[in-house]
This record gives sequence, structure tokens and C-alpha cells, in this order.
Amino acid sequence: MNLLKIENLHAQVDGHEILKGIDLTIHTGEVHSIMGPNGSGKSTLAQVLSRRPSYEVTAGSVSFNGKDLLAMKPEDAACEGLFLAFQYPIEIPGIGNAYFLRSALNAIRKYQGLDELDAIDFLPLFREKLKLLEMDETLMNRSLNEGFSGGEKKRNEIFQMAMLEPKLAILDETDSGLDIDALRIVAQGVNAMRDPERSMLVITHYQRLLNYIVPDFVHVLVDGRIVRSGGPELALELEEKGYVSIEADSRQAAGASA
Amino acid sequence: MGSSINEIRDLTQQDYKWGFVTDIEDERAPRGLNQDIIRLISVKKGEPEFMLEWRLKAFRHWLSLEKAQAEPKWANIHYGPIDYQDIVYYSAPKQKPALNSLSELDPEILRTYEKLGIPLAEQQILAGVAVDAVFDSVSVATTFKGKLAEMGIIFCSFSEAVTRHPALVQKYLGSVVPHTDNFFAALNAAVFTDGSFVYVPKGVRCPLELSTYFRINAAETGQFERTLIIADEGSYVSYLEGCTAPIRDENQLHAAVVELVALDNAQIKYSTVQNWYPGDKEGRGGIYNFVTKRGKCAGVNSRISWTQVETGSAITWKYPGCILQGDNSVGEFYSVALTNNYQQADTGTKMIHIGKNTRSTIVSKGISAGHGQNSYRGMVKILKGATGARNYTQCDSLLIGDKCGAHTFPYIEVKNSSAHMEHEASTSKIGEDQLFYLQQRGLKLEDAVSMIVNGFCKQVFRELPMEFAVEAQKLLGISLEGSVG
Repeated sequence: MNLLKIENLHAQVDGHEILKGIDLTIHTGEVHSIMGPNGSGKSTLAQVLSRRPSYEVTAGSVSFNGKDLLAMKPEDAACEGLFLAFQYPIEIPGIGNAYFLRSALNAIRKYQGLDELDAIDFLPLFREKLKLLEMDETLMNRSLNEGFSGGEKKRNEIFQMAMLEPKLAILDETDSGLDIDALRIVAQGVNAMRDPERSMLVITHYQRLLNYIVPDFVHVLVDGRIVRSGGPELALELEEKGYVSIEADSRQAAGASA
Repeated sequence: MGSSINEIRDLTQQDYKWGFVTDIEDERAPRGLNQDIIRLISVKKGEPEFMLEWRLKAFRHWLSLEKAQAEPKWANIHYGPIDYQDIVYYSAPKQKPALNSLSELDPEILRTYEKLGIPLAEQQILAGVAVDAVFDSVSVATTFKGKLAEMGIIFCSFSEAVTRHPALVQKYLGSVVPHTDNFFAALNAAVFTDGSFVYVPKGVRCPLELSTYFRINAAETGQFERTLIIADEGSYVSYLEGCTAPIRDENQLHAAVVELVALDNAQIKYSTVQNWYPGDKEGRGGIYNFVTKRGKCAGVNSRISWTQVETGSAITWKYPGCILQGDNSVGEFYSVALTNNYQQADTGTKMIHIGKNTRSTIVSKGISAGHGQNSYRGMVKILKGATGARNYTQCDSLLIGDKCGAHTFPYIEVKNSSAHMEHEASTSKIGEDQLFYLQQRGLKLEDAVSMIVNGFCKQVFRELPMEFAVEAQKLLGISLEGSVG
């Protein structure tokens, strides 16, 4: 069953068209990776799917879980089970991590018609997931991402994802800025979340991350369009040849078929 | 003496001349302010002579200020002229308009009560619903008063204190905020009708948070309120003023005075949540709140802490301060001031260091939304003899939207070279990225705003008594509704 179906998606930011017709279908349980050079529209796709208000969709449709994703507010998309691990997680002073996370979890549970968790029910779940990400509990008493190192912020994103258990997790360059140990821990957390009921969209520049998180499908995004799709081997080919040759190849292929 | 008795007799007879309705509930003085009105207030309240004289002295001073057009104009607030002769300065304790049930109440107010989580019985009291049943809160108040009396703590209305404890009133009234302090303090001294009085005897630690709420069934305090709190040597008291529930009042001008006195080793904690009617979204109506609040740390090692959450009123003009006279005394000021729509606030504090090793802390959080204008104005003064004085000031502003304003006016005056002064200030804006981050985790836009704002105010909220803090958090959320998005 398809969880996410993107058809002919066009989007712009400040009047500049960034996405120029994206088609992508993700079925339940699949892990897809999107690779592409800087400025190709990878992060824009992530922001549009998570319904950031400043990103304007100009054409196309997206269904998520059988519903019209483009009609949803960001919080509704989140409550429907869409999670974005931010490339640059935001700091919010004065809000404790644990408090924030319980509020978020309960907002989602309420939307889904489940009972809200009190602090006592919340704590065991919280501790279990902290262990998974090898995170220090004292970090959780501090303000949301405030004073966290780059690596700690990224780990906190995956920790939040583990707590909120989304249907679709979009990881926006989660590997950028991570040293090799942190990368291993983050990948371990993500892999532990792989589940026949959960899909993932992993956005990255480098093949490196895909050694740890092996995707079912790889797509290459260039200039707002997916120019090639394939299996995990495509990532290796990219690493070897670079985006330029792939782009040239795909242009040729497009020219030949036209 | 004889002449004043005659005066009183004359005055009581004048009642008829003015054609007062006999029904006490509707008794009001005519509009305007003159000596006769002040005499009337004093007589009606059965005050001893020293009070009348004190009032008249204040009135004469106020007249001279009014003549000299000395109504303060330095604050960063703008409003039309106030006609002081168009105000009713005395109206007998009156019943609020009685409703038969909450369903008759303005649904907007009812909705706010519900959002604040105010229990039904309290909602009925606040709304002035006529009820026959005896409330729990009323009986609680009675037991509570009994307990305080056993400990020697006096907690009563100001009028009651004037008649029952005149010596204490005479000794301390005006000792911190003299009638000559400022225009509004002079006006208040002349015409105040009621307020609260607290005296905590030597070595007594008041076991409960004293709250005006416990007197909610007592007389309405009116627009010129006066509060006096005295903490005798080694005592402690925590006092809560106000209420998070929205309070509407037909009187536009409010000019209250609060005086605190802490003797040797005593501590007073004074917390305020102010939510007077702020006016409508276009800035029409709303209360002008011109308040003078000051505490005197008269004794050694004494401590006075002001904590305020100001969300209401069209205009707030308020600088709760501390005079740090006793050696090693401590003054603190924690403030959250929020202005939305067309509200204006010019608020801050004064810390006057006189004694040795005196310390003060100022934490001010200003939030501006809509067309709101929020100014922090603070004065820290270190006098010559205040060796080893220290001050820490932090003043942060948060802007929501691009039509509001935040302003800071810190004044620092140091006359002793051993002083340590620290001043930190910041201005930030609620970012679209912050809101989106929280929304992406499932929080609604308004919850996201209130979470960010509450995070910003955390340092102040943790100084509030627990249940007050919870209500204050909800209140900020409600006051900001519709300011984003």
C-alpha cells in the first residue's frame, strides 16, 4: 500500500521555482534515499512535505496515508505520522527537552484519539529510547537543544523520532556535521526504527550514510527533478562518477527518448 | 476637637442636601474632587482625625501639583487628558450587578474562565452571580482568619485597620510612599477608599500565602486602593495580589499605592498578577493603571521580593521598588509585562542602596505583540554609604510580529566606588523557524507560541507561588491569542 504519493509536485520559495515536477511513491515499510548536489531541491522537498508555510506549492498533488497532505497544516501532518528530522535543529530557551517531548507526544496521541501519557507512564519509554541513542539523561533537563553540540542536536532529532514513532520519517541531511562515532549511533537508532509499518525518506549528500542505513531505493534529484532512480547500487555509482556525469547521462537518456 | 465634630455633623447633614438615595447599595458621591468630598470619605469610613488630616494634606499637595501641571509626562506612554473632576471618588461598597446564573455572563469571559481552569464556585464569585449556597472558599476564609489571629497576624481591610489598629496605621502609613512622592500617590492618599492591611508580629512565619482572594467576599476595593504590609523583626510573609481572571471595571483610572516595611531579618514576598481590562482590539477603552509600589528594607538582613505578571490594562505605569536601608538587605524584582493589540506598558523598578552590603536583583521580561509598546524603566542608585553594594540587572524583550515595540530606559547612579553592577539586555523575536519546529512535532500554532513565551518567562514564573505560576502561564497563552498567524 502506498503511504506517500507525490505527483508532478512544483514548489517555490520567494518566487523562485525550486521543485519542477517531482513524482515519487513510497510504500509502507520502504526506505528511500534522495541524493543530489547542493541546491537541487532536496531540503525544499522535505520542507514542502512537512508543510512549512513559507514554501508555496504551485502545482501537483501529494497524498499521505490516503489523505491530501497539501491541505494539512504542519501540526496535522505531524499528527498524521509525518516526522522531519531537521538539518538545523532549532534552539528554544526555557523549554525543557523532556517537557517539550511529552507535550508533543500527547498532542499527537490526542489527535489520534489515544489517552495522554502522564509523567509516570512517560518516563520508562523516555529512558528506553535515551539508551538507544546513547544519550545522557541530564541533557534532557536542559532547554530544548540549547547549548547542544551539533552532534547532540542531530542525535536529539533521532531520539525525538524514536519517541514519536512516525509512519513516515524524513531525515534531512542528518549525517552532515557528524563525526564517525556519532554517525554510527544515529544510524543504529534509525535502523532500530526500521519496521514493516514505517517508511523513511533519507536525504543526503554522501553515500557514506547509506553504508549504515541501506535504502531499498535511491533517487537522484537534480535541478528540481528526479533524474534517476534505482537500487542501493546507484548510490555507489554516484560516489564513483559524481553528480555531473549522472546528470549528463540522464539528459542524454531523456534526449534519446524524446 | 469641637470644630471637627461640628464639621462632621455638617457633613452628615449635607448628605441630604446632595440627595443621597437611602439605599446604601447605591450611595455615591457626586462627581468631582474637593475638600468636602474628602471629608465625606473620611466620615463615611468612620476614620480617626489623623486620617482626615493626612488626607487633606495630601489633597492640598495634589492640588498644587495639578495646578503646576505636574502629572508625570516622562513615561513612554500616550493617552488623552484625564478629567479629575469627572470621577466619582466615593461610592459605598456596592453589590456587583447580580446575575442569576453563569449563563447570563458574557460568553467571552466565561470561555476565559474555562481556559484558566477556574473552579465553578470561584467563577460564580468572580462574575458576581447571586447564590444562596455557602461557598467552600468563604468558609475556608473564615477558618483561615481564625488561624492567623491565633498567631497574632493582622490581615484585614485597610478601613478595618484604620479603626481597629490606628497606632500601627499612623506609624507606617506614608512612611515608604509619602503623599509627596508623585502626582498619583498624592491623589491616592487623598481619596483612597480601601485596600489591605497586614501586620506580622516578631518572629512569626505566616504559614499561608495571604491573598486578596480570601477577601473576595469582603468589600470591593475600588479604583484607589491602598495596601500596607508590615513584617516585624524576624518574620516572613508572602502576599498574592490580583487574580488571573479578567476583571472588568467601569472606572478607567486606577491609582493604587502599596507600601511594604520589613524590619530586622524580616522577609516579604509580594506577587502580583494583573489582568485588568486591556481595551478592545482597536485600543478602545481599557484601564489606566498608575501604581506606586515600594518596599522599605528598614532593618538589617531584611529582604523584599516583588514578582509581577502584568498582562492587563490599556496603560501600565508601575515601578515596584526597594529602599535598601538596612545593612545586608536584599531587594528583588521579577517582572513579566505583556502588551498586545494597542496596550502600552512603562514598567520597571527602583533599587535604592543605602545600607552596606546591600544586594539587588532585577529580572525583567517584556513581551510585545500586535501594536503593543513595552518599555522597561529601571533605576539603580548606590548611595555614598552603601559600601559593597551589588546589583544584577537582566532585561529581555521578546517581539511578536513587526508592528510592536520594545524600549529600555536603564538609569544607573553610583556614588560608592566599591559597588558591583551588572547589566544584561537582549531583544529577540519569535521566529518562524521556532514555530515551525514545534508545529512539526505536533503542537498547534497557539500552543507553540505560548510554549516559547513561557520558556522566555521561566525565570520569573519560578519565583511565583506554584498555583499562581500555572495560572500565569495559561494567562499568557490566552492574552496572546490571535497575535500570530
